[in-house]
Amino acid sequence: MSGLLSEEVLSHIGRQSEPRREIVTRRDIRKYAVATGNRQTKYLSGDIAPPLFHLHLFWDVVPLNELSPDGVSIDPLLPKFPLDKAMAGGLDITYHRPIKSGDWLTATRTLTDIYEKAGRSGPLIFYEVLMEVRNDNGELVISEKTTRIMR
Amino acid sequence: MRAAPSVGMTLPERQHDCDVVQQMLYNASLWNGHRIHFDMPYATEVEGYPGLVVAGPLIGDWLHQVVDEWLGDSGMITAIEYSNRVAAFVGETVTAGGTVTGYDADSGEITVEVFVKNDRDDILAPGVITARLNR
Repeated sequence: MSGLLSEEVLSHIGRQSEPRREIVTRRDIRKYAVATGNRQTKYLSGDIAPPLFHLHLFWDVVPLNELSPDGVSIDPLLPKFPLDKAMAGGLDITYHRPIKSGDWLTATRTLTDIYEKAGRSGPLIFYEVLMEVRNDNGELVISEKTTRIMR
Repeated sequence: MRAAPSVGMTLPERQHDCDVVQQMLYNASLWNGHRIHFDMPYATEVEGYPGLVVAGPLIGDWLHQVVDEWLGDSGMITAIEYSNRVAAFVGETVTAGGTVTGYDADSGEITVEVFVKNDRDDILAPGVITARLNR
């Protein structure tokens, strides 16, 4: 440990976003299916959402003047990291229930971990965000763990 | 799905042209304003990329489609684990495919190793998808 992560940065672990509730519409499903090159009628018709549609549903809709100069929305869950060059990350998703048009879904995001590792060309900071999507009966629809790496 | 799954079976591959209009529509549908996906001077001169970067989660979607199209109405994807390792750029053609690595006939659970690769055979995104056949 080179001790890059201050107490202040680590104190963000456990921070949770305000739950966001959104409705799934046929039109949104159709747009997502077309834009991803999907070829299956059940999705192109807008009846059922394809896997990964929740990215579309819960990507933060922020005002233009709150985007950073490179056009990215700033994730309010994250502290200011001492390393700021984002590298590719990974996703680990469990699909518990299908999503259909007309469903109301609520997503809650939690910053579950921040840690550092020695990389070949210097230290790396990892963080993990867990997103849980539930329906109006409180049943889990999707759980998604995102791991991102900063160098 | 035309034939019962078996370990080692390869799934039909599919090529995706990383087209600029598709990038625009995809990122707009997400509300993703990251300039590296549509602003060529920014992507090349500020970030130093050789071209417009294909959105990482779109490549993740193509991983899903390999298994989801193969399953059709016979089952559903229950989980995926994947990472974006190498970037793809607008104008490239990439190939998505997969191989069945596990099948339990009793539970109907299937695991498939999936990939998206470019024309130099670099794996852009490796992943493992778990699916369950309808009982």
